[in-house]
Amino acid sequence: MPIKPEEVRWVAPPRMGLWERLYIPAVLQGLGTTLSHMVRPAVTQQFPDEEPKLPPNYRGVHRLNRDEQGRVKCVACYLCATACPAHCIDIVAAPSPWPDREKYPEIFVIDELRCIYCGMCEEACPVDAIELTTLYDLTGLTRREMLFDKEKLLSVYDQTAAAGTDPPRTRRGRLGPASEPLVPINQLGPSSGVGANAAHPSDNRTDSERAVAAKASSEA
Amino acid sequence: MAVITINDKDVQLAESERLNLIQAAQRAGYEVPHYCWHPALTVVASCRMCLVEVGEKKPDGTVAMQPRVVPACQTPARPGMVVRTNSEKAKAAQAATLEYLLLNHPLDCPVCDQAGECYLQDYSYKFGRGYSRFKEDKIIRPDKDYIGENIALFTDRCVMCSRCVRFTREISGTAELQIIHRGAHAEIDVFPGQPCNNKLAGNVVDLCPVGALCSKDFLYKQRVWFLKSTSSVCPRCSTGCSITIDHHKDIVYRLRPRANPQAQGWFMCDEGRFGYKYINAADRLISPMVRHDKHTLYVGWEEVLPVLRRQVRQAVTEAPESAWLVLSPWLTCEEAYLAVRWFRSLSPQTRLASGPVPVVGEDDRYPKDVHGNPPPLDKTLFTIRAEKCPNRLGVEAILKHYQGTIHSFDAVLEAARRGEVRVLYLTGGYPEPGWTSEHCTALEGVGTLIVQDILPSPLTSVAKYILPGAAFAEKDGTFVNHAGLAQAIHRAVQPPGEARSDARIFVDLLERRGLPHAPALRAELASEIPCFAPLNAGQIGPLGVFLNGEGKP
Repeated sequence: MPIKPEEVRWVAPPRMGLWERLYIPAVLQGLGTTLSHMVRPAVTQQFPDEEPKLPPNYRGVHRLNRDEQGRVKCVACYLCATACPAHCIDIVAAPSPWPDREKYPEIFVIDELRCIYCGMCEEACPVDAIELTTLYDLTGLTRREMLFDKEKLLSVYDQTAAAGTDPPRTRRGRLGPASEPLVPINQLGPSSGVGANAAHPSDNRTDSERAVAAKASSEA
Repeated sequence: MAVITINDKDVQLAESERLNLIQAAQRAGYEVPHYCWHPALTVVASCRMCLVEVGEKKPDGTVAMQPRVVPACQTPARPGMVVRTNSEKAKAAQAATLEYLLLNHPLDCPVCDQAGECYLQDYSYKFGRGYSRFKEDKIIRPDKDYIGENIALFTDRCVMCSRCVRFTREISGTAELQIIHRGAHAEIDVFPGQPCNNKLAGNVVDLCPVGALCSKDFLYKQRVWFLKSTSSVCPRCSTGCSITIDHHKDIVYRLRPRANPQAQGWFMCDEGRFGYKYINAADRLISPMVRHDKHTLYVGWEEVLPVLRRQVRQAVTEAPESAWLVLSPWLTCEEAYLAVRWFRSLSPQTRLASGPVPVVGEDDRYPKDVHGNPPPLDKTLFTIRAEKCPNRLGVEAILKHYQGTIHSFDAVLEAARRGEVRVLYLTGGYPEPGWTSEHCTALEGVGTLIVQDILPSPLTSVAKYILPGAAFAEKDGTFVNHAGLAQAIHRAVQPPGEARSDARIFVDLLERRGLPHAPALRAELASEIPCFAPLNAGQIGPLGVFLNGEGKP
């Protein structure tokens, strides 16, 4: 949209006095800043000799989480691929080989070079299957090597889970709603199973209060 | 002219019109949510999603509303009626209905194929609430993948709208599907050992407003929000069903019927629905080839076309009567027209023939009666034609205009056996190779055999020139169906490799400049050939144009 001439306001620069036109005070002020840095403690991190101190919610290499039975937790819903602004996720879905799940990713590839590490995939995932770890030093000799497939991404999970470097955002161990276990109708008890303790928006109790209430109701 | 008021908007109805309140509201620009009602099926008013408030305008100008809400699908629009689709009462009724429909619905949208085109999602967003108040256990029933060869039933996602049941009873007449059990335990099922395998069975997947019935062919292949849709025409029989091609990254994923009362109505058959796979076939012809003795060489279009043009022209100059052009009924009208223009520009004495027209059995009419017999003609709702090609009438109309008589393909074979064919330009495009080894032996004596096709066949292993053409989803043009209805097809995906649309090949052979533009070619065709005159605007609407009133051209 063009700017109308009457909307333009011209501002004259402030006039400098003699003191300012000497420039010597400004030069001395600058030198003062430099000198003060010489006596402060150093902030430079000596990477790679020293490990950098990264913020704990740093977003690095992806991992694909495993469920309780060690299977890939991803349900191949493509929501990460849909959310991805860099189009770096490629999924091929297939009917799952397990009776309690319907769909799983046959192929899951992330192009780690194309990825911009924005974390949208993590936010989009309804089952918390994809997470960004704090691993940052990602190297490879070829571009092909940087296409991380399902096995590689699961191995990142194994590595980070064993090292205890789960991202602080993780919900590992808690299933999202889309991976509710399917319970056949004849095996359902009167109030067992999933959804029984699900939080309702109008329910403003804390988690622990709810757990106590649920325990009391099951004992009753 | 009758007037009814919908949310303070007046809607005009013609005297002969019989609309229900959903249709009348659509005309006023209001959406009334509905699951069980479908314009092609009977009204059952079982889902209760379309509840609206109804009243009447009294002669003194006051409006008296009925105290209860009524289903809009079952209430005919009457003059003087006052309808409120978005009053507090109607909205509360719709929200409550939706909540009940969702009681046992699993929250598995991420793995459900319907997500993105699901009416439960859309209506929850527009008319429902964003969370569930249900704290008890959902009834989860096992999935049934035995329900049909091409359809899988995810029982727990069903909302019991019974559209699929009514379809098999009213449209296909085969009545495989039914509702078993009652109340909250009701589910769709088939009789033991009697799966839903009729030739229209794929339509129940489109009819299902939720993700309960899924196509096994499309299951988990792609998410629907990635798909782009292109309107086209099904080429698998001469009914010429209006369809939508759903594709992504130059791969065709599925075909869906597009409602067109002039062509087929609302549905399409499974033969057409699943008959697109040859487009994605791995062995498609992808580059022009020239045969030297026993070897074929891949060549570029720039190399092959001038040589081919020169060779054909020389042969035609020497003996024009022994040059044959065979037009396959899979070509569009524009392509057939360009081909004939090129061939006839070489010499008016060249021979034109029509390609083999595949005919399988007899026309298959629906709905079937209880014994499986077809209905009388006037009761027929859907016909799968025996003629398995899309454009025989269009190609024949062009041949008739330029040559008067139409030589059949047998005449070509006969002439070839007598050794009277020096140049034969064969156009193909058949999804199942239309050429057999008998054709090969008959055509052995042909001097120069040029085959323009999409799939390898016995003929491509003997032809001198092999030109890769395009399948119907890869080109623009016009198909004329059995009743003379001209419908436009549009390009959805790119042809594989170096393959080109047949129109582009003929434009190059004609030495015209530029790329073929279907509307311009259509207008040119209409001005050249009188029976195509109704297409003179160039553009054809989504419903098509009858070439000769409503009769055959």
